Amino acid sequence: MSDHHHHHDHEHDDRPGPHGAPLTDVQLRVRALESLLVDKGLVDPKALDALIDTYETKVGPRNGALVVAKAWVDPAFKQRLLADSTAAIAELGYIGRQGEDMVVLENTPKVHNVVVCTLCSCYPWPVLGLPPVWYKSGPYRARTVIDPRGVLREFGVDLADDVEVRVWDSTAELRYLVLPERPAGTDGMTEEQLAELVTRDSMIGVAVVRAGGRRGAGAPPSEASE
Amino acid sequence: MNGIHDLGGMHGFGPVNPEPNEPVFHHEWERRAFALNLATGFLGRWNIDMGRYAREHMPPAEYLATTYYEHWLYGLERLLVQKGLVTAAELDAMRAQGPAAIKPLSPADVPKALRNRRAARMDDDLAAPRFKAGDRVRTKNEHPTGHTRLPRYARDKVGVVDRDHGVFIFADEHAASGQKVPQRCYAVRFEGRELWGPHAGPRDAVFVDCFEPYLEPA
Repeated sequence: MSDHHHHHDHEHDDRPGPHGAPLTDVQLRVRALESLLVDKGLVDPKALDALIDTYETKVGPRNGALVVAKAWVDPAFKQRLLADSTAAIAELGYIGRQGEDMVVLENTPKVHNVVVCTLCSCYPWPVLGLPPVWYKSGPYRARTVIDPRGVLREFGVDLADDVEVRVWDSTAELRYLVLPERPAGTDGMTEEQLAELVTRDSMIGVAVVRAGGRRGAGAPPSEASE
Repeated sequence: MNGIHDLGGMHGFGPVNPEPNEPVFHHEWERRAFALNLATGFLGRWNIDMGRYAREHMPPAEYLATTYYEHWLYGLERLLVQKGLVTAAELDAMRAQGPAAIKPLSPADVPKALRNRRAARMDDDLAAPRFKAGDRVRTKNEHPTGHTRLPRYARDKVGVVDRDHGVFIFADEHAASGQKVPQRCYAVRFEGRELWGPHAGPRDAVFVDCFEPYLEPA
């Protein structure tokens, strides 16, 4: 968990500054609440900075991509990954909060897995970082369980009728990671090169991995959805 | 509770709109709201299930009109008062009336806190399994006002146990009393047509993680 892999290319900053825009109610409220909790000695602002930094710059979908790439090139690792996902993922050092109990789901030509949390936003933080807004949004949470193929089509994944769709609703403390299919035409690639192809969305199950790599070549977690 | 958070199967939300090159946070206040939730959570006055249950109390119209971290902010304010870390008067005025007798999470403790490897899982021998993979089960038709992790769309439905995940803290009781009651948790496979009727795809299935008290033999 040590990669620095994104930049704020379109930051909407609301720190006090020369911009002159008035602060919104929620900005004021969060600022006031932080002051209150700091004044009461309940919160150390430097601990807040450390928490933010962890999930903004250290933990992200690059971790999951390395798990997937290793599974593609190392059959023994793949076997361990499917048998005891938590332990196998921990071999690469990815452990901790919201990933304490992992389950890896293997996509095949006949089975496509996709992950959702209809009740809140459960997501495997150590391997994917914090979830994108769409994953936490009403449309995705409402529709994925009742119309999975329609949702997948919106993401550009058009499954044949004979492919089974398995939707995993993360209703307890298991956290799911999809092992996407390795694309054809990648035989000569190294583990590192393969990891570059693996998108966040493919590990949620709303995209397939393409040999041409992710669009825009942006590094996760700032990649575009396929 | 049958709250607005339980969205599975609803119509009318429109398309999923992924944002290209989405940043981890969109605003500075989101960073602070996120971190305030984690930092105060580590004080040990509430657990993750109480956190979820607090957010579920947000009035439906407000929930749908606000963003994700506003839900977190709502839940946090509710818990801070409920669990006695701040008084209602302090929250109202946003002014501290005295220090809390509790030590905050220190920056040095953050990495260790986040790398904790045991959360909800309990020892397997604490609860013998009533079901095994392949068993047909029916979910109970219950609508508790407390916290539950059985979504409405999956109540009173027949499915097949896919796998036994082992023993976990029962979320419903954990949210209510904080007690760590061990219960088996199973992935149960429901066919799309069982959940949604004849128009569902014949090869669509939804897997729901179900605590054993949600299930009866079928």
